[in-house]
Amino acid sequence: MSVLTNNIDLYLRAFGTTIQLFFFSAIGSLVLGTFLAMLRVSPVPVLRAAATTYVTLLRNTPLTLVFFFFLFAYPLLKILQLEPFPAAAVALTLYTSAFICEVVRSGINTVPVGQAEASRALGLTFSQMLSNVVLPQAVRSVVPPLVSTLIALLKNTTIAAGFSVAEAGSISYSLSEQGEDLLAGLAWVAVFFVVLVIPLTLLQRSLEKRWSVAR
Amino acid sequence: MTSVLFDVPGPKARTRHRAMAVVGTLGLLALIAFVLYRFYDSGQFTAKKWEWLQYEAIQIGLLEGYLATLQAFAVAAVGALLFGAVFATARLSDHKFFSAPATAIVEFFRAVPLLIMMFLLYFGFPTIGVKMTPFVVVVISLILYNGSVLAEVFRAGILSLPRGQSEAAYALGMRKTQVMVLVLLPQALRAMLPTIISQLVVLLKDTALGFIITYEELLYYAKNLGGSLEFSRPFVPVTIVVAVMYIATCLLLTWLATYLEKRNRRSSKVAHIDTKKAEETVLVGDSTI
Amino acid sequence: MRVRTLAMVLLAGGLALSACGKEGTPTDSGQAAPSQSVAADVSVDGSPTFDAIKARGKVVIGVKEDQPGLGYKDPTTNKYSGFDVEVAKLVAAQLGYGEDKIEYKAIPSAGREQAIINGDVDYYVGTYTINDGRKEKISFAGPYFVAGQDLLVKADNTDITGPETLKGKNVCSATGSTPIKRVKDQGLTDKITEFQNYSQCVAKLDEGAVDAVTTDDAILKGYAAAEEGKYKVVGKTFSEEPYGIGLPKDDKALRDKVNDVLQASLDDGTWQKIYDATLGKSGSPATKPTIDRY
Repeated sequence: MSVLTNNIDLYLRAFGTTIQLFFFSAIGSLVLGTFLAMLRVSPVPVLRAAATTYVTLLRNTPLTLVFFFFLFAYPLLKILQLEPFPAAAVALTLYTSAFICEVVRSGINTVPVGQAEASRALGLTFSQMLSNVVLPQAVRSVVPPLVSTLIALLKNTTIAAGFSVAEAGSISYSLSEQGEDLLAGLAWVAVFFVVLVIPLTLLQRSLEKRWSVAR
Repeated sequence: MTSVLFDVPGPKARTRHRAMAVVGTLGLLALIAFVLYRFYDSGQFTAKKWEWLQYEAIQIGLLEGYLATLQAFAVAAVGALLFGAVFATARLSDHKFFSAPATAIVEFFRAVPLLIMMFLLYFGFPTIGVKMTPFVVVVISLILYNGSVLAEVFRAGILSLPRGQSEAAYALGMRKTQVMVLVLLPQALRAMLPTIISQLVVLLKDTALGFIITYEELLYYAKNLGGSLEFSRPFVPVTIVVAVMYIATCLLLTWLATYLEKRNRRSSKVAHIDTKKAEETVLVGDSTI
Repeated sequence: MRVRTLAMVLLAGGLALSACGKEGTPTDSGQAAPSQSVAADVSVDGSPTFDAIKARGKVVIGVKEDQPGLGYKDPTTNKYSGFDVEVAKLVAAQLGYGEDKIEYKAIPSAGREQAIINGDVDYYVGTYTINDGRKEKISFAGPYFVAGQDLLVKADNTDITGPETLKGKNVCSATGSTPIKRVKDQGLTDKITEFQNYSQCVAKLDEGAVDAVTTDDAILKGYAAAEEGKYKVVGKTFSEEPYGIGLPKDDKALRDKVNDVLQASLDDGTWQKIYDATLGKSGSPATKPTIDRY
C-alpha cells in the first residue's frame, strides 16, 4: 500500500498519459479503420486489394516492430519529425486500424443481402442505403467486438514504455530508480488495469446481450 | 467481395468505377513512389546499409534470434492450449468451488497487459526470491495471457455444441469428465480451430515483447544490429528484413488455419456445428489482437 | 538446443553451397589488447558464485554490447572488445578461466541488478556505477575506473557548454541509469528522452531529435571516437562515477578475491596496458582508481 500512497503522483501521471495515448489512438484507428473497411467493400478492385494488403501486413507484424519502425527507422526518412508520444500514437493507430477494419467489414457482411436489395428496389442511392439501412444494422454486430478491440488497444499502450513514453508501463522503471518495492508497485499497476478493463468488458457483454436479442 | 451492397453495375457506374480505379491506382502509386523516394533520398538503398546481410555471423545471429522466437512460441503455445483447456473445463464445472476461482483467474489475466505481466515476473518476483530467466518469464506470461483468452475460446466452442452431444453422452452412462474430455473438447477444438490459430498468431507476435526484458529473440537482435555503426545504422533495412520474417511466419500459420478449416468443412465426421455462432461468441468475448 | 545445432548445421551447409557468407569485419579495427596468462588451481573459499562457476566449468560475465571502446560486440564476428571486456577477461583469467571458457551475456543498464540477483551472470563489468542504492541489492568490487557524467553534442553545437546550459534542451539517456536520475533530481531540464541503451540515444542525436546525450564521459568518448568528427564531448563532468564490478550480494569471498586481482593489475602495470589499448586511444590520460574495500 505504501508504494501506492508514496508514489500516487507517479501513478496518476503515468495512467493519465496511458489514457491520453489510448484516446488519441482510439480515435485515429476508428477513423482509419472505418475508412479501410469502406475500401475493402468498395466496388473498385484496386482499392480493395490495397486495403487487403494493408490489413494483412499490419495484422501479421508484431506491434513492437511497428513501434520500432516509427521510433527508429521512420525518423531516418526525414519526412516529418515526431516526438515519442505522437510516434507511439501513430504506431498504435496504424496497427489497431487493421483490426478495426476487419471488425467493421465483418459487421457489414452480417447484414442480410435482402436488406440491400430491398433498399435498391426502393430506389435509395448507395450512400443512402449505407447510412440509413446497412450501417445502423451493422453497428449492432460491430460495437461489441469493437469494444474488445479497444480493450486490447488500452492494454497495448503499455508497449510504448519501451520507447520513451512515460505511461503506465514505465512505472516500473521509475520505481526501480527510486528503489521501491517493485512487486507491490507492479501489482498495483496490474490492479489499475483490471479496474480500467473490467467495466469495459461488462459494457461490451451487456451491449452484446441486448442487441443479440433484438436481432 | 461482398455481394451484399451492390447491384450489377450499369454503364454509368462502370465508368465511375473505372475512373475511381484510375484515381486510386495513381494515388497508391504516388504514395509508394514517395515512400520509395524518401528511402532512396535518405540513403537507405545505399550498399553500405545492406552490406550486413552478407556476413555469416549476422545471418547466423538473425537465425538464432528467429529460432529463439520460435522456441518461446512453441513452448508457450503448448502451455497456453493446456491452460486454456483446463480453465475452460473448470469454468464450465457445476461446482462453484472450481468455476469461481477459474473465472476470476481467467478474467484477471485477460485484463492485465502482457508487458506488465512480464515486468511483474521479471522485476517484481525476484524481490521475494523467485528468480526466472527471461525465457521462462516470456513463456509464463504468454501462457497466462493467451491461455486465458483460449480458455474463453474453448468455452464458447463447447457452449456452441448442440446440447444433444452431451445429452447422448450422459445417456450412454459417461461420467462428466469423460463427456468433457472424450466428447465435448475434441469437437470444440475442431469448431474453434480458426480462432485458436489466430490466437496463436497473436502469441507468436507477442514473443517480440520479450526484447524489453532482454530475451534475446529476433527483435532484440534486430535492435542491436539496427544501431551498429559499422553499417551506419541500418535501422530501415533491418526493420524491413525482420518484418518480412515475422509476416512470412504469421502468414504461414494463418494459411495453416485456412487449410485446416477447409479440410474440417469437408470432413463428414464432424457433426453439424454452428461454427458461425461460436465464432461470433468469441469475437465478442475477446478479439484476437 | 539440439534443434538449434541442427538448424545451424543446415544453415552452414546452405551458406557453403550458395557461398554468400562473408567473414571478417567491414572496418578492420584490430585492437591489440594484452593477452593474459590464466592462473591455475584457483580457489575462493566460501564463495557460492565461484562454486557455481566451477560446477559449470565456465564463467558467465555480464557486459554491454553497444558501448564502443568499453563493451562492444562486433555483429560481424560476435567478438567482444573494449576496456570493460578486457577487465572482465583479466578477472576471469585470474580466477582460472581463459578466453575459451568465458560466456559473455549482454545486459542493458536497466536489467543489470536483476541479472545478478537472478544469477543469470556470475559478475557484471559494464560501466556499472557503485552507489548505495545498488549496494543494497548487489555488491561491488573495485572501482576499476572513475568516470564522470558529461554531455555529448553534435560537433557544431555551441550553446550547450555544461550542465547549467541544458534548460529547455532535450536530453537523452538510458532508462534506469544514474545519469537520468541525476538530471531529474537536479532539475537540469524537463525534456527527457529515455531509451534502453545509449546507442539509441546517439541515433536520436544524429537525427536531431534530441540536443544532447548525457552519461559518463567514458561512454561518450567511445561514441565520439567511433564516428570521428560528428560529435564532441562537452568536457565538463558534473559527477564522479566509480565503475565497479557487480557481484552477487553477500559473496564477500569473491569480492575480496576480485579486489586483490584489480589491485595487483594496478600495481604491475596490466591495468595501464589495458587502458592504453582501449579507452586510451581517445587521447585522454588515465587516472588510476583506488580500490574501495567496503
